[in-house]
Amino acid sequence: MSAAPQENALSLAETQPVGNVGRMKILIIEDDLEAAVYLTKAFREAGIVADHASDGESGLFMGSENTYDVIVIDRMLPRRDGLSVISELRRKAIHTPVLILSALGQVDDRVTGLRAGGDDYLPKPYAFSELLARVEVLGRRKGTPDQDVVYRVGDLELDRLSHEVRRSGKEILLQPREFRLLEYLMKNAGQVVTRTMLLENVWDYHFDPQTNVIDVHVSRLRSKIEKDYNQPLLKTIRGAGYMIKDEG
Amino acid sequence: MSRFRVLFKSTAVRLSALYILLFAICAATLVFYVTAMSERLLTGQIRDAVRQEVEQVQRAYDTGGMNLLLRTMERRARQPGANLYIIAGPSGDILAGNVASVQPGVFEEIGWTSAPFIYQRYTDSGIERRHKAIANIFVLDNGLRILIGRDLGDPERFRLLVRQALMVALAIMGLGAIIIWFAIGRNALKRIDRMSDASKKIMAGDLSQRLPVGGSGDEFDRLSMSLNTMLERIEKLNEGLRQVSDNIAHDLKTPLTRLRNKAADALDISDGETRRTALEGIISESDQLIRTFNALLMISRVEAGSVAAEMSPVELSAIVSDSAELYEPAAEEAGLDLSSSIEPDVEVQGNRELIGQAIFNLLDNAIKYSSDTEGAGKVSLKLSRRPDGICLSVADHGPGVPADRRDDVVKRFVRLDESRSKPGTGLGLSLVEAVMELHNGRLELSDTDPDKPEQRGLTVSMIFPAKAA
Repeated sequence: MSAAPQENALSLAETQPVGNVGRMKILIIEDDLEAAVYLTKAFREAGIVADHASDGESGLFMGSENTYDVIVIDRMLPRRDGLSVISELRRKAIHTPVLILSALGQVDDRVTGLRAGGDDYLPKPYAFSELLARVEVLGRRKGTPDQDVVYRVGDLELDRLSHEVRRSGKEILLQPREFRLLEYLMKNAGQVVTRTMLLENVWDYHFDPQTNVIDVHVSRLRSKIEKDYNQPLLKTIRGAGYMIKDEG
Repeated sequence: MSRFRVLFKSTAVRLSALYILLFAICAATLVFYVTAMSERLLTGQIRDAVRQEVEQVQRAYDTGGMNLLLRTMERRARQPGANLYIIAGPSGDILAGNVASVQPGVFEEIGWTSAPFIYQRYTDSGIERRHKAIANIFVLDNGLRILIGRDLGDPERFRLLVRQALMVALAIMGLGAIIIWFAIGRNALKRIDRMSDASKKIMAGDLSQRLPVGGSGDEFDRLSMSLNTMLERIEKLNEGLRQVSDNIAHDLKTPLTRLRNKAADALDISDGETRRTALEGIISESDQLIRTFNALLMISRVEAGSVAAEMSPVELSAIVSDSAELYEPAAEEAGLDLSSSIEPDVEVQGNRELIGQAIFNLLDNAIKYSSDTEGAGKVSLKLSRRPDGICLSVADHGPGVPADRRDDVVKRFVRLDESRSKPGTGLGLSLVEAVMELHNGRLELSDTDPDKPEQRGLTVSMIFPAKAA
């Protein structure tokens, strides 16, 4: 598992365009071999090519030599710890989005992780659906710098400057929080976003909502944007979260 | 000699050795000072005596001439313990007197001899050993020189005696100090040995062991007592930990078993859709388990106080209104009205995430436990300043918690609902309490409607210490 990916990586890296076209390619730096094998397999099933490095040094090497869409890194690694790998990558001007996995789930660990140059932080134990959703969002983010003023999904439009939401040209009135919820969903249109991600990005609290609080907000929003229209846009992905998508 | 080396490693012994050294230096200085002073005093007295004699002899010569002088001196020289009397020729050769010989050159000076000189006197057994003396020499008008002096044996002896006495005293004191030193050191060593024996037993796992306390209230006792208090605390924590791990084992075994059974059932399902539903059930069951673990980890981290570094001034009013906004739809869906009364601009020193999570837990509970109750109607969230601190309370009108179970519900995994029909980890209030402890605050549980025993409701108040203005 640890020797093969490198050739694999080189062959794909140059040919594949980055972003949402084609398969996403990620690097998993994780010393727990069992977890790494499981993750590689699970990502493959989700259509993502995953390379694996089992220590910090080789992870840093692979991360600098190849082009990845996302790097998933464990914080505690042999030979070089996760945070130092990230800082080193950033020092080399490699801006691949990094998701930190850590058994250290404390609030301040998240802060240190993000400060070191990480883009997202997921405390262990986590559900794979959560990891997958975050990796997909990070991978997508890389390709499209967030410059759009208007987000569009099907006939739904969201104007980030005027804070107006229209569907088929008809204005829909939203509460400020509902607007931010929709904005985040539309920014990641076609991607699964989990409840935790919503709580993080819309409410700015970093933990796992244990009840249906988020779902109720989403269903309120859904009723507002879908009430008078036949075409559903906002889907519930069972066991994972939500996705806004125009199925055409 | 290794025992001695061990002894010398003891602080008490080292300190007493230092004291002995200092004491010895002081004592030696004292000895020299005392002897020098007393010698000076004695010499002074001797000089006075000699001066008087010189005057008397001079007077005798003046009144009776050489004859009377000789007689006077003769008489005096015969007295026991007599002074030194010499009549010498102009060249310094002894003509008469009670002295056999003097150090050469003594007669060259007139008046007091500048320094003690050595002389030999007559005794019955011939010539005695050498002595030291001081003397006054004067010249008669006929050229003869008269020396009147006094032996220095007395002050010399006195000085030796004093010095000896002091030396003996010092030696006795030093010996005593060494004996005491050994005794103290040995005693200290023995007590430390006893303490380390007890610690070894404790390290071996017997937390009920205590360090010996002698009862004298000295520093060893005080140390033992504070270590014992610490041990008591550790034992209590350990007991708590054991209880928690028992609870964990118990409370995690059930869902794990359920998970396993569901997985086994799913294996037998051939229909794709049903199988999928079963597998999704398994996933959500696992997610619940993960939540439980996360909550447990969170609590233990908060309790360990390691997040304390992340405390900063946070606007409690904003967190509370965030929470109200976040939970309002959920409450409505549960058929409850979430009302909030929030005093603006309330700030505390704290951690936004943790306080937020604590409030969310309380709101979760309030909604969960009062939604089934007929006429529960509303949940109130209130933030107010009180004289004893800042009070953040969540009140529901559900079944409430009997007064005697209030301490229990805060414990990990304790749920009043024995059937566990409601989802939840049984960890919510434990986290809230841990968060409050971290913020130096406290958690208070009370009835919302004390006069309605069937539906007394529960009010949970988080009391933050009033911020020092």
